[in-house]
Amino acid sequence: LDYQHVQVPFEITLWIMLASLAKIGFHLYNKLPSVVPESCLLIFVGLIMGGIIYGLNDRSPPVMDSDIFFLYLLPPIVLDAGYFMPSRPFFENIGTILLYAVVGTIWNVFGIGFSLYGICQVRVFQLQDVSLLHNLLFGSLIAAVDPVAVLAVFEEIHVNEKLHILVFGESLLNDAVTVVLYKLFRSFCEMPTIKSTDVFAGVGKFFVVGLGGVLVGLSFGFTAAFTTRFTKDIRVIEPLFVFLYSYLSYLTAEMFHLSGIVAIIACAMGMKRYVEANISLKSHTTVKYFMKMWSSVSDTLIFIFLGVSTIGENHEWNWPYICFTVIFCLVWRALGVLVLTFFVNRFHVNTITSKDQFIIAYGGLRGAICFSLVFLLPEFHRKKLFIAATTVVILFTVFVQGMTIRPLVDLLAVKRKRESAPTVGEQIHIRFLDHLLAGIEDISGHWGQYYWKDKLEYFNSKYLQKILLREYDQPKSSIVLLYEKLERKHAIELAEAGQLGHGPAHPSLLGPGFLCSSNDRTLRTDQKLEDIQNPDVLDNMQEILARNLYRIRRTGPAYNRHTLPGESEPSEHAKEILILRHKGL
Amino acid sequence: SVSHSQITRLYSRFTSLDKGENGTLSREDFQRIPELAINPLGDRIINAFFPEGEDQVNFRGFMRTLAHFRPIEDNEKSRDQNGPEPLNSRSNKLHFAFRLYDLDKDDKISRDELLQVLRMMVGVNISDEQLGSIADRTIQEADQDGDSAISFAEFVKVLEKVDVEQKMSIRFLH
Repeated sequence: LDYQHVQVPFEITLWIMLASLAKIGFHLYNKLPSVVPESCLLIFVGLIMGGIIYGLNDRSPPVMDSDIFFLYLLPPIVLDAGYFMPSRPFFENIGTILLYAVVGTIWNVFGIGFSLYGICQVRVFQLQDVSLLHNLLFGSLIAAVDPVAVLAVFEEIHVNEKLHILVFGESLLNDAVTVVLYKLFRSFCEMPTIKSTDVFAGVGKFFVVGLGGVLVGLSFGFTAAFTTRFTKDIRVIEPLFVFLYSYLSYLTAEMFHLSGIVAIIACAMGMKRYVEANISLKSHTTVKYFMKMWSSVSDTLIFIFLGVSTIGENHEWNWPYICFTVIFCLVWRALGVLVLTFFVNRFHVNTITSKDQFIIAYGGLRGAICFSLVFLLPEFHRKKLFIAATTVVILFTVFVQGMTIRPLVDLLAVKRKRESAPTVGEQIHIRFLDHLLAGIEDISGHWGQYYWKDKLEYFNSKYLQKILLREYDQPKSSIVLLYEKLERKHAIELAEAGQLGHGPAHPSLLGPGFLCSSNDRTLRTDQKLEDIQNPDVLDNMQEILARNLYRIRRTGPAYNRHTLPGESEPSEHAKEILILRHKGL
Repeated sequence: SVSHSQITRLYSRFTSLDKGENGTLSREDFQRIPELAINPLGDRIINAFFPEGEDQVNFRGFMRTLAHFRPIEDNEKSRDQNGPEPLNSRSNKLHFAFRLYDLDKDDKISRDELLQVLRMMVGVNISDEQLGSIADRTIQEADQDGDSAISFAEFVKVLEKVDVEQKMSIRFLH
């Protein structure tokens, strides 16, 4: 038995296998994921595994190595998020997102740090030796909202697109702030004296980290696009380039102490449209599927390892400190969201309602990033306290907040509902007005967006396209591509069947056919009149309408962890609408 | 009335849509907006911009149509009733929507006009009969003078409980 030879890859594969089997297991019970979010279940499995290992070996199970997390587990998730990020809502709300990410995180860090320092001053808790700097350091790693956890939970609750992008965008971008503050405070801990120039250097460093990350990401992204221009004859390795360049951008940014997450997002968003135009359709599908697969595996593994690492002797349980940490995390986040939203609402007419604010505040989940950062702390005598506090906060946010957010959202939504159900006519007219408004908004464009967007488009068409695209005809929007695909399909159908066989007959109501049946119509309506009065038929109608009326394009999140875009319902509806309009023309 | 900054913003939007750069928009310019292509009411909305029988709309016409969707300010609600009604009053907003239903402009939404709109808004899984009975029900709920069609007054009455001011206002035209 030559176990030593294969041990490392064997164990890794076993862990991944365990993670995937656990995932299958959850989805076998249909009811379970709706009550308990998947992340909780995975942590639970991890806890069990950790308990088993601890029981067997009688020592602490392997703690998730920070390097493994930051170098291998985190990049796929962030890449997936960045690649499938719906860019229109993201850039529409970029101001708000940056405000929350930067100012909000700083607010949280200092708030939590200072209040915990205040707690440490209370003699009875025996915490005097935790200095202000240590508290600020702890604050910096615990304040950051974690994209992995947020994604995992927000999938269960269906919030509107704008809210989703706000919380999600914030969780991705606050990495820059976290990195800077964490490293700043850590180096301050080791320095004997702190001068004010050091503080200013810290502030300047923040801009360097953020902007540097974006630059690194964009340069790798454009290089990737340029490379794919020449891959026409070697289609098979095209997907590889996407992953290689993104990973390189992450590693390069980390090497220069810039923000790797921001780099990889910038890379993905920058290269997406050029790469998609250059590579073949099959490579495109491969890229999408592999991204989803890797991010799914990473995600599962992170949560399981979180559970495993909780068991063990790494903790020092000072309950007052821990409890106050949890309380302050909640309180400061809520305050931060309230204050910032107040400012945001003054400048944008697009207000963020109080229900939205609640979801933003309550949805600020902490996850594995905090966990890894706390393990990276230099050894000092209170480290175990911090580890314990971080673990509790993460478990609390994921379990308690994760499980209760859905019922709370439903509760809040129920309170706003009308007292009486809308009549059939109202239902139709309301949906009509919604579509009308969506159309008018699309025609009139949005708040000052188009100035920068047009400038960017101009730059793009004049320079970038010529360099980065293999064939630089006017790049077709996805709608045009879809339309062309439908045209082809339509032509094939016609050729095969000799007539249109799709769906029920198109009502040519103003044609000659109608006039003939007008007499039948009055007869029909009389007969149907009793039917219409029937309450069962009425309920049926409302249900039919509720199910079948096309949704306006804004409802429903555009980013989903588990399905590829284009497989979900709204896109099927889009195809139907295009077909119907095409028939009508 | 509309503020200076809004006019500038809408003008830059107008010019960015105007690919032919001749100061007017044609139907093709509108159809180039991708989100509009998958809007079930896309064609009707585009038609609403063009005056009767014309194929080009200038900036003034563009603004005029969009002015219907300006939010109603609080201080306007109690304006004196003697002046002409502003374009974005509740009644005018509803009239705009009504005109989108009423293609033959006889000031009534007939059953067939309703059916056309319904068919546009609903998926392919509903049969003609089901759609027909839904349309009948809609007319029956609204119809008060027994002509089996929905007049403008009846239309307004159906929507009396709905917050039309909010539903038909673009949030940034403030």
